[in-house]
Amino acid sequence: MLTLTSPVETRLHRLPAGAKLAALALATVAITPVAGVAPALGVTAAVAGLYLAQGWRFAGHGVRMLRPLWPFLLILALWHGWADEIARGAVIALKLVAVVALANLVTMTTRLDAMIAVLERLARPFARLGLSPRVLAVSIALVIRFTPVLLARAERLAEAWRARSPRRPNWRLVVPLALGALDDAEQVAEALRARGGL
Amino acid sequence: MERNVAYIALFAALIAVLGLVPQITLMSGVPITAQSLGVMLCGAVLGARKGALAVLLFLVLVFLGLPLLSGGRGGIGVLAGPTAGFVVGFPVAAFVTGLVVEKWRSAPVVLAAFVGAVLGGVVVLYGFGLVGMALKLGKTLPETAMLLTPFVAGDLLKTAIAALITKGLSQVRPGVLLSRS
Repeated sequence: MLTLTSPVETRLHRLPAGAKLAALALATVAITPVAGVAPALGVTAAVAGLYLAQGWRFAGHGVRMLRPLWPFLLILALWHGWADEIARGAVIALKLVAVVALANLVTMTTRLDAMIAVLERLARPFARLGLSPRVLAVSIALVIRFTPVLLARAERLAEAWRARSPRRPNWRLVVPLALGALDDAEQVAEALRARGGL
Repeated sequence: MERNVAYIALFAALIAVLGLVPQITLMSGVPITAQSLGVMLCGAVLGARKGALAVLLFLVLVFLGLPLLSGGRGGIGVLAGPTAGFVVGFPVAAFVTGLVVEKWRSAPVVLAAFVGAVLGGVVVLYGFGLVGMALKLGKTLPETAMLLTPFVAGDLLKTAIAALITKGLSQVRPGVLLSRS
C-alpha cells in the first residue's frame, strides 16, 4: 500500500521523526494566536519557502496534498467577501493553509516505519494499562495487510454483481464484504493462537 | 485476546475499504463516501468498546501517513484541517452506536442499530464536527451548522443503510453480532 511519504528524497527526510513531530506541535501552537493579514501572510510564506527549499517537484506534491482544503477556502472567500470583511477571512484561510501544510510536510518527509517507531515509544507508558507494544504492532500490521485483501474482495463482489444485474452495485455488497471480514477475523485469531498467541 | 485483536483489526480494514470504494452509489446515482457507514457498522456489529477501538486503530494508521480517509486523505494534517472534529468524533460515534445496540436488547436489531447510528453517527458525530469546524473556520456554531445542514440528509440515509446491513448480517448468520452476544 502506498503511503503519503514523498518519493522525492529531501534533507528533511533525514531528521528524526520525533523531533519533527515536536517541532510541528510547537509551530501549530505558535501559529494559532497569529492575527493580522501581514503576520499571517508571513507565516504562510515561510511554510511555502520551506516546501520550495526542497525543490519544485516536492513543492508540487505538497500543493496536491492541500487539495482537500479548497471547498473550505471557497466557503471562506464567499462568506467574507459577502460580509465585506476580507481581511478577517484572509487571516483564517492563510493560517488554515499554513497549519495543514506544515503537518503535511512532516507526513511527507517521514517514512511509515519511523512513524510507527515513534508511536511505539509514545505507547510504552500504556503497557501497564494492558496495551502491550506487541499487540499494537500486530494490529497495525494486520490492518496494513488486510486492507488490500478486503479491497480486492470488494472489487470481485462488485464484478459478480455486474455480471448478474443490469443495475449498479450498491450498499447491499457491504453485507457479504462484512461477513468475509468476520470470517477472516476468526481465522486470523486461530492462526495467532496457533503461533503462540499474543 | 487474539480474537478481539483480529476483529478490531479486520473492522479497521473494513472502514478503510469503505472509504476507498467510490463505486457504492445511492439510488440517485450520487457517489457518497461510505466511510462513516463503516464507523457505524463497527459500533453496531462489534459493540461499544471493540467498535471504538477498531475506529481508533483505523485513525492511528491514518495519522501515521496512510491515505485511508475518504478522498485519499491521511497524515497528521487531517487533525489540523477543518474536518478534524469529525475525525475526532469517529470513535465516539462508534462507541455510542454500539452502546445503544448493546443495551437496548428488547428492540429488534434493525431498530436498535438505526437509533444507535442516528445518535452516534449523526447527533454525536455532527456535534464534534460542528465544534471543530467552527473553531477552524472562525465561525459561530449556528453559522457552521448552516454550512453542514446539506450533508445531514445523506448521513441519515447512511444510518438507515447501516441498520439494514446490521440486520442482514444477523439474519444470514445468527450470533454474529458481538454487540449482542
